[in-house]
Amino acid sequence: MAFIIADRLTKTFPGETRPAVDQVSFEIKQGEFVVLLGPSGCGKTTLLKMINRLYEPTSGRLLIDGVDVRSMPATALRRRIGYVIQQTGLFPHLRVEQNIAVVPQLLRWDRARIEARIDELLDLVELPRSYRRRYPRQLSGGEQQRVGLARALAADPSLMLMDEPFGALDAITRARLQEELLRIQQRLHKTILFVTHDVDEALRLADRLLIMRAGRIVQFDTPLAVLAEPADDFVRDLLGADDVLRRLSLLTVADALASDGMNGDHTAHGIQETLNPGDNLREALIRVLRSGGRPLPVVENGRQLGRISPDIIASALTRKTHALPD
Amino acid sequence: MRYLIDNFPYVLSLIGQHLVMSGLSLAIALVIALPIGIVCARVARLRNLVLGILGVIYTIPSLSLFVLLIPFTGLGLRPAVIALVAYAQLVLVRNVVVGLTGIDPAIVEAARGMGMTAAQRLWRVELPLALPIILAGVRVAMLSIIAIGTIAAFINAGGLGLLLFDGVRSSNPEKIIAGAVAVSALAISANGILWLIEQRVFQATRGVTGTKN
Repeated sequence: MAFIIADRLTKTFPGETRPAVDQVSFEIKQGEFVVLLGPSGCGKTTLLKMINRLYEPTSGRLLIDGVDVRSMPATALRRRIGYVIQQTGLFPHLRVEQNIAVVPQLLRWDRARIEARIDELLDLVELPRSYRRRYPRQLSGGEQQRVGLARALAADPSLMLMDEPFGALDAITRARLQEELLRIQQRLHKTILFVTHDVDEALRLADRLLIMRAGRIVQFDTPLAVLAEPADDFVRDLLGADDVLRRLSLLTVADALASDGMNGDHTAHGIQETLNPGDNLREALIRVLRSGGRPLPVVENGRQLGRISPDIIASALTRKTHALPD
Repeated sequence: MRYLIDNFPYVLSLIGQHLVMSGLSLAIALVIALPIGIVCARVARLRNLVLGILGVIYTIPSLSLFVLLIPFTGLGLRPAVIALVAYAQLVLVRNVVVGLTGIDPAIVEAARGMGMTAAQRLWRVELPLALPIILAGVRVAMLSIIAIGTIAAFINAGGLGLLLFDGVRSSNPEKIIAGAVAVSALAISANGILWLIEQRVFQATRGVTGTKN
């Protein structure tokens, strides 16, 4: 059974006629990284906040792990769900270690367990343990959001809600934290609901994209599928689905090789530049073009797997666009 | 200054009386103002009404308020403390409200989202963060209590006002000067001590005094 089941969830704010979230139903599997994407005012944040009951739904039902969220006190529910927001919401009067310890303390963990957990989390988000005694104000924006992430993970919740967590960071810091989050996700396999209006961020992070507009879900599918077959012009425009480079960035060199079926060309020696199977095709195209359009060998563990040429990239693009995996 | 030097023990005892009256009034005023301020911070509709009423009380001339209370309480310390508590409410309640409503909404949302109950939020997050502003109110309230407290001598509550009233009645400028100097010294030192506390708390709650690793 799905981990999260939303059944006709609706939220109408007092004094408004149009619902902010309108009869939304969806299912999310355990361990999925779902990105809620849409223009501002589309209801994505409202939907997120109904999941930990910061907003109470006007109607509809929400089950997490088979349990109706209204069957338990809101505070108990929230302590089981990690929550990260854009402005970090770190408590400025508490040290880093005290910030991280908030939920474990609410859950009455014993002191030794909390102490060990703080060290473990600082290691996980790659902050030095000497930061324990610092105050949030003494950290950079990126470091603060790492603490925010550590704090949300403190009690090891299986579900994480993230509301534009990297929205206030500069591009370089944001990209680095996106990588970190993916790395952490590969280790921990949380179920993550992540709100953003940054399309590149969404494509980069999501297992599935939940695209919203005017309180409704327009499309809910993998990034590749959404890019290849946008449900309508709105989604096409939102994602820039016609952007070939964006689509290439979701495909890997290994995809192109597999689809090309070409193998075992071991003759190319003396060429300096090589590609890895894990490189994305956008990067590969840039490097092929830079080398004058000559095919570049793909090498893994010293073994050459094949070569990538502009033609192969082009055919991988059309093939992946028309024949989707799964 | 002769009077002050010659009658130092007496002036000292009056300072003591004044301090007891002021301190007692401030303590009681805080106990009342905190819950009122917390409620007003939560319920926006109540806020203007309560602050309006406290504002009106604040404008009643102190001498008339002291006298008005005599039929109910008699003379002495009791009506004085009641009046001083009433005067301090405006500043204290207003600063509690401003302190609590001025907290970054993201911090409050994070506290809710992490599963703190309303009481946990108040004690662990909101009051600590509002504390510097509440203490600023305490300092201003203390100063006005010390100042208005001099009038309380008129209704037999003692304190440094005695020197002022006696001085006027007996046309003794030495006494008046002694009283004025003593009140000023009391006010200035109270202000200084409370200001120091305020600064320490401000730094602590803003996370500025950490260890620098």
